[in-house]
Amino acid sequence: MIQEGIVRHGIGRLVSLIPTLLMLITIAFFLIRVAPGGPFDSEKPLPPEIRANLDAKYHLDEPLVQQYFRYLGQILVLDFGPSYQYKDWTVNELIARGFPVSLTIGGLAMVLAFVFGTSIGIAAALRQNSAVDYGAMGFAMLGISIPNFVIAPALILLFAVYAGWLPAGGWDWSVQRMILPVVTLALPVIAYIARLTRGSMIEVLHSNYIRTARAKGLPMSQIIRRHALKPALLPVISYMGPATAGLITGSVIIERIYSIPGLGSYFVTGALNRDYTLVMGVVIFYGVVIILLNFIVDLLYAWLNPRIRYDEAS
Amino acid sequence: MAAEAQKVPAGKPPILRIKDLKVSFDTPDGEVHAVTGLDFELAHGETLAIVGESGSGKSQTAMAIMGLLAENGTASGAAIFDDQDLMQLSQDELNEVRGKEISMIFQDPMTALNPYLTIEKQMIEVIMHHQGLGREEARAHAVEMLRAVRIADPEERIHDYPHQYSGGMRQRVLIAMGLLCEPQLLIADEPTTALDVTVQAQIIHLIAELRQKSSMSIIIITHDLAVVADIADHIIVMYAGQMVERGTARDIFYRPQHPYTQGLLRSVPRLDRVGGTALQAIPGNPPNPVSVPAGCRFRDRCEFAQDACKEDPPLRETDDGRASRCVLEMDREVSR
Repeated sequence: MIQEGIVRHGIGRLVSLIPTLLMLITIAFFLIRVAPGGPFDSEKPLPPEIRANLDAKYHLDEPLVQQYFRYLGQILVLDFGPSYQYKDWTVNELIARGFPVSLTIGGLAMVLAFVFGTSIGIAAALRQNSAVDYGAMGFAMLGISIPNFVIAPALILLFAVYAGWLPAGGWDWSVQRMILPVVTLALPVIAYIARLTRGSMIEVLHSNYIRTARAKGLPMSQIIRRHALKPALLPVISYMGPATAGLITGSVIIERIYSIPGLGSYFVTGALNRDYTLVMGVVIFYGVVIILLNFIVDLLYAWLNPRIRYDEAS
Repeated sequence: MAAEAQKVPAGKPPILRIKDLKVSFDTPDGEVHAVTGLDFELAHGETLAIVGESGSGKSQTAMAIMGLLAENGTASGAAIFDDQDLMQLSQDELNEVRGKEISMIFQDPMTALNPYLTIEKQMIEVIMHHQGLGREEARAHAVEMLRAVRIADPEERIHDYPHQYSGGMRQRVLIAMGLLCEPQLLIADEPTTALDVTVQAQIIHLIAELRQKSSMSIIIITHDLAVVADIADHIIVMYAGQMVERGTARDIFYRPQHPYTQGLLRSVPRLDRVGGTALQAIPGNPPNPVSVPAGCRFRDRCEFAQDACKEDPPLRETDDGRASRCVLEMDREVSR
């Protein structure tokens, strides 16, 4: 009965995602075309014949609407086409190369952020207005307000240059090279999750059903674990959907500073070069990741919250 | 009405003695004095009603006894239960009493149950914690208790979540939950306020019935005298943090002494009065709890107010246990 409700809930949500995705593709497609310039514009114009050949090869000479439908057809078979700038690379290959790196760093950062963020938040909520609370929230405020392009060089300076414990950058799938970028990515998220957890935990602790639990004579640790944790983490779970999408699709800044061959840099270079297929590919990929993660959060939410679960089932 | 008042075995000490209970809250507007020196005793098997309007301190009295005051609240005085002063206990020691010896039922059944846990989980945790029973035994006991409060089909319904129950049923569940460990004292804080009138009557009858079956003492807190008319042995009327009158239910209903009690009674809607006299309200508002004036706290609203009321009025007591905090003589002629 419970499972049935969640499955039905899930299928309904999945179907409703298709128009969202179609809209994303459409807007992205025309928006990048509206931007002045094209993939083969350069300071020294190409000879007209070569330009015409290139345009014909990539079907850029066709009417825009025809190109749009051709592109939709490609997407249906999951072919993002060749990159205009990275010769001999398809967009699929570029994504397949960059994404595992970004996914690893981002995923680790999210795990770190969830564990530390919720722990700090709960600790602060339980000792509201104490030194622990003020300390934790002060740290959180710093974590949120200091941009990561400041944190990253500071960490490099401390741990790579002065202490010499960790490499300053580069990528070879070794743990040492992952630590600094993962920590840099995680810090602001830890801070945000800590604040979120603290706020919702305090609210939950003031609710009537916690008072009922206290009147039962249960020890506080059991009340927190059994009665307060689940409702207090619900807002954190819904934040984690889009936050995880942002982390695992790669941060341009982090990848630049630590010289990591992730997905993030393709966003920027693709857009600057008017590399239509690359931009489209990365945008759609990013969109799909966000949509999927929100979908997972939705399911988690339904699973955690009996009221949603049963409304859908009945 | 108060026939059972004397069934208490003579010589047995009271189960609960409240001495000079004071409750105050630290708020941005200043210190709010919710209860300012309350004394009463509760006998074994007695049902006591504490009646008063919002802000009279009746609910905070219960919260102080249970150690459930909000974080900005402090309580002083003594609450002697079973030879131990509840006020002096640590949280851990208090947890040995709460839910086991003293249970509490709260005002709003819609929010008093955890919406994220099944009724089963919320019930068996009490038994497992206090009596150390296993899951199966605890569940069987919980099902029995649900049956006792007339939840139909308890074997199935125990697996449901609170939102699948109606308000009246949730209050039944809370009552069942409170009775799981057969407490000696049940404190019901406005148990019927959030419910329909017909459901109110059912809940009150349920409490009265459960009381018949056990020797449990009960404190019912309410703003509605009509609710407790049939089940209270004694009634305490509170006003602005003080007890203003105490007596058996019969005395309070038929021989009210304090002008406030008289006003309360006149403001209860009644169907048995012929002639359709208009319902009377007590004019004015209670004093600001941040700065309670000296003298009688009811005098600004009292039709009998006189110069003597500017002094703190004495608590006049009679031999049969009645008391009234008023300058007026007891048992004067009362026109109603």
